[in-house]
Amino acid sequence: MTEAKKYPAPVTNPETAAFWDAAKQGKFMIKRCTACGEAHYFPRSICPFCYSDKTVWEEASGEGTIYTWSLMRKSPTGPYAIGYVTLKEGPSVQTNFVDCDLEKLKIGQKVKVVFKPTDGAPLPFFTPA
Amino acid sequence: MTIKGKAYIAGIYEHPTRHAPDKSTAQLHAEVAKGAIEDAGISKDDIDAYFCAGDAPGGAWPMVDYLGLNTKKLRHVDSTETGGCSYIIHLGHAAEAIAAGKCSIALITLAGKPRTGAMPPRAQGAEADFETAYGATTHNAYGMCAMRHMHDYGTTSEQLAWIKVAASHHAQYNPHAMLKDVVTVEDVLNSPMISDPLHRMDCCVVSDGGGALIVTTPEIAKSLKKPQVRLIGHGEAMKGPRGGKDLDLTYSAGIWSGPRAFEEAGITPKDIKYASIYDSFTITVLMQLEDLGFCKKGEGGKFVADGNLISGVGKLPFNTDGGGLCSNHPVNRGGMTKILEAVRQLRGEAHPKVQVPNCDLAIAHGTGGLLGVRHAASTAILERV
Repeated sequence: MTEAKKYPAPVTNPETAAFWDAAKQGKFMIKRCTACGEAHYFPRSICPFCYSDKTVWEEASGEGTIYTWSLMRKSPTGPYAIGYVTLKEGPSVQTNFVDCDLEKLKIGQKVKVVFKPTDGAPLPFFTPA
Repeated sequence: MTIKGKAYIAGIYEHPTRHAPDKSTAQLHAEVAKGAIEDAGISKDDIDAYFCAGDAPGGAWPMVDYLGLNTKKLRHVDSTETGGCSYIIHLGHAAEAIAAGKCSIALITLAGKPRTGAMPPRAQGAEADFETAYGATTHNAYGMCAMRHMHDYGTTSEQLAWIKVAASHHAQYNPHAMLKDVVTVEDVLNSPMISDPLHRMDCCVVSDGGGALIVTTPEIAKSLKKPQVRLIGHGEAMKGPRGGKDLDLTYSAGIWSGPRAFEEAGITPKDIKYASIYDSFTITVLMQLEDLGFCKKGEGGKFVADGNLISGVGKLPFNTDGGGLCSNHPVNRGGMTKILEAVRQLRGEAHPKVQVPNCDLAIAHGTGGLLGVRHAASTAILERV
């Protein structure tokens, strides 16, 4: 069911275009502020912590752990698992878990990024590492 | 400046309908406005302020026109949109405007028909490309909170179920409640899993309907016939993942709005006789009770268990109308009905089987948006004069 699911293409905008361009190369990008050193997600041009405009793109490891999850069992497109992954680099990101037994997800479990195609740029998802 | 004691809730009305396929949304707004005006015993033409949120068709100016409000007199409008808690925020803003002399009689309305037909999707923010595809709904966003709360604090499905059990004990006396049957912890646990770990009975109802308030000055309130209920403390707050740093889904923005309201009121949670707590899901109630200081963070499960929220049984009677879990959840927004039942309790107009004796201090608290993603919260502390 998850395999057949059709995901919407990102609309993209000038602030985030580089993220989606990198996604086409299979790279998962985050933004880091060179003023305060903090990484954040989703990407902004102004650091949400110190308000510096000295933010730069950084390729993330794509590795992290499950912060929380919930398996949505009542959905017209079939069951899906939403959750947050805390990246190795620090920020937590909202995602879906794919290509695995959704009944067996666990908080703290190690996961890695995997991209799924859309009609536009591919979207990042996570699967057990 | 404080709003403490500067504004009174002089009129309330809750639409009895739970399913209104034969009415327009604007019509429901007009019916609840009329009800609150009549309850207060004022004239429509005396209203000089109007408050509405995203459920009002077209927003404030089309509604002011449709409702036939007196535009020679109307001098203050506010269409703050913070989802389900909009109306608790409106109450605070009305008090601020009254205290500043910007208006003297404010009307706040909520109405809509999500049971008749799907609501339009909410406008998206800058996060859209990074979240929409993942399908955050109310169910799974609150499921994520419950999952983490259980992980961090050992909260159980049985404890969450007690919240629904308490609501059902109250709903049996509400003739308008959608779900009037008293349920057990086992009933909740045996209901189908919707989004782990939330069962169907952990979820609120979907209902049509609405409600309205008249908020006014102390002088005008004292000239009217209804028992006097005044706002003595108010708080509002917002919370979101904020760049994904230090994500913690086990608390809500109520952790900030609550203390602000209690400080203004000059009371503590121990003084509260009745609590209206937004109950979109059982976990919503549990987290907010902790955030508001009724118990310590992580001890909500123990606090709600064994009927502690049942009027006449436990220490903190909550949602004595049956709340969103059993009575209604008009427009998928629970803030208005939270204020309405708190005022009924303070007036002594709740059903005798659930009326809290000598109820002089009540709280009405709600959230809007998704606790598991980003949301607003608002807290109102009300006093019988």
